[in-house]
Amino acid sequence: MKIIVPVKRVVDYNVKVRVKSDGSGIETAGVKMSMNPFDEIAVEEAVRLKEKGVATEIVAVSMGVPQCAETIRTALAMGADRGILVESDTDLQPLAVAKLLKAIADQEQPGLIILGKQAIDDDMSATGQMLAALLGWSQGTFASKLAIEGGTLTVTREVDGGLETVALTLPSIVTTDLRLNEPRYASLPNIMKARKKPIATMKPADLGVDVTPRLTVIKVTEPPKRKAGQKVGSVAELVSKLKTEAKVI
Amino acid sequence: MTSLVLLEFDDSGIKQPSRSAVAAAQALGEVHVLVAGAGLSGASAAAAKLPGVMKVLVADAPALDHLLAEPTAALLVALAPAYSHLLAATTAVGKNIMPRVAALLDVQPISDIAGAEDADTFIRPIYAGNGLATVKSSDSKKVITVRAASFDPVAAEGGNAPTENVTVGDLPGLSKFVSAELSKSERPELTAARVVISGGRGMQNGENFKLLDPIADKLGAAVGASRAAVDAGFVPNEFQVGQTGKIVAPDLYVAVGISGAIQHLAGMKDSKVIVAINKDEEAPIFQVADNGLVADLFTALPELAAELERS
Repeated sequence: MKIIVPVKRVVDYNVKVRVKSDGSGIETAGVKMSMNPFDEIAVEEAVRLKEKGVATEIVAVSMGVPQCAETIRTALAMGADRGILVESDTDLQPLAVAKLLKAIADQEQPGLIILGKQAIDDDMSATGQMLAALLGWSQGTFASKLAIEGGTLTVTREVDGGLETVALTLPSIVTTDLRLNEPRYASLPNIMKARKKPIATMKPADLGVDVTPRLTVIKVTEPPKRKAGQKVGSVAELVSKLKTEAKVI
Repeated sequence: MTSLVLLEFDDSGIKQPSRSAVAAAQALGEVHVLVAGAGLSGASAAAAKLPGVMKVLVADAPALDHLLAEPTAALLVALAPAYSHLLAATTAVGKNIMPRVAALLDVQPISDIAGAEDADTFIRPIYAGNGLATVKSSDSKKVITVRAASFDPVAAEGGNAPTENVTVGDLPGLSKFVSAELSKSERPELTAARVVISGGRGMQNGENFKLLDPIADKLGAAVGASRAAVDAGFVPNEFQVGQTGKIVAPDLYVAVGISGAIQHLAGMKDSKVIVAINKDEEAPIFQVADNGLVADLFTALPELAAELERS
């Protein structure tokens, strides 16, 4: 079975992001970029399925500026076999990304597509579900465990009250939650090997997809800042303040 | 202009995040609600009581049990032509279903809105809440999930809306519910609680989370945790408050042994009053706390329990 893993280049999760002073967005110039953490979990899961003999080939796909090739290289160093880069300087929103991925899936005919449950930049949590819809496939979102047996994929999902397990018809879409696995670090030999793995480059037009954004960002502002309050000296003082000043207990 | 809100419910009625989604929809115009599932007499009666709702659509079919994404999205798409806006709360259910609906309608969803400026323009947090984006949708129909903590929920009672059974056509059978392991607790749900007390890595192990219990009992609080505490295996993931967990905005949030990573603050910084208990006085949590107590939690928690008991 072939697995596709889409990977997104995002501002590294350790970076303290800043809103641009003109309100047009988040400052990304000169900021460290990395693979979206949930996508690393997706790559890891695909590699484990290959190590178990369930998957035969892993294709890592990224979209956006040419530097997204670096994100694909990271996936290749972790164990993906080849990459596809869709180059575009348009702001690619989840609907456009899902359409591009559908066009790639139509060509590649994977049995499974594993995506991160959300990207830590736009926090949309939408692409996997949208891709499943466009392909007419089942979806197992927020997965903390998955197992494939015969034509059925069993996914344990992180839901609000605990865990839910669903049985899905393959081909299917899985989106990863944090507890699915712990991604490996790529070894130096594998990083070297990854340099030789092929990356095909294409444009949205090659895939016949209109990527015009449907959402226009009017402005981005900083959220209201909370100001630090006061320190209290004792538990008794804390309780009394909560009672008489804050009146919350 | 009429909105349709997908409701979630349990034995005790319509869930609070869904009632917040109804409140968000009411700012946009007339509101209809949808209850879907199998065996809905209780849920449809509860939905009819929501104030300000004009109509309750009831889709009762075995295929809709557990609100699996594939059939529920197909149902919403079938109902969509009559509506300008389709909404649900930003919960595991809403996040699972609504983007699927949007793609089937060729619409870019607007996830996790924290405000609405007009029928096309919405405010939503990005980068773990470090930015607030105002976005305008050019789609003719809007598909939206609503950040429950940002909208005061409508009351559970007071309305008297008519109910209407909808004909459920063929639904995709791509998925089957197998089982659910839901944590049983007498405590309020995290996203609905008026008081939340959360533990972090400083709790050291799962056993020590019991130190929070007498305080939670006394305050009627839900118990939460930071991602660090969840990752360390102290408590299950459904306790997690933060960017990748639950977003809460209670009247009182008590952070115990939590350093205050941005990802955690993203889940609780809209709380009315924040209390931090941490032995490290440099911990970033103190920068957002209204009341900070620099103390060893293993002495402070029993003291706090005793102090609350006394008063």
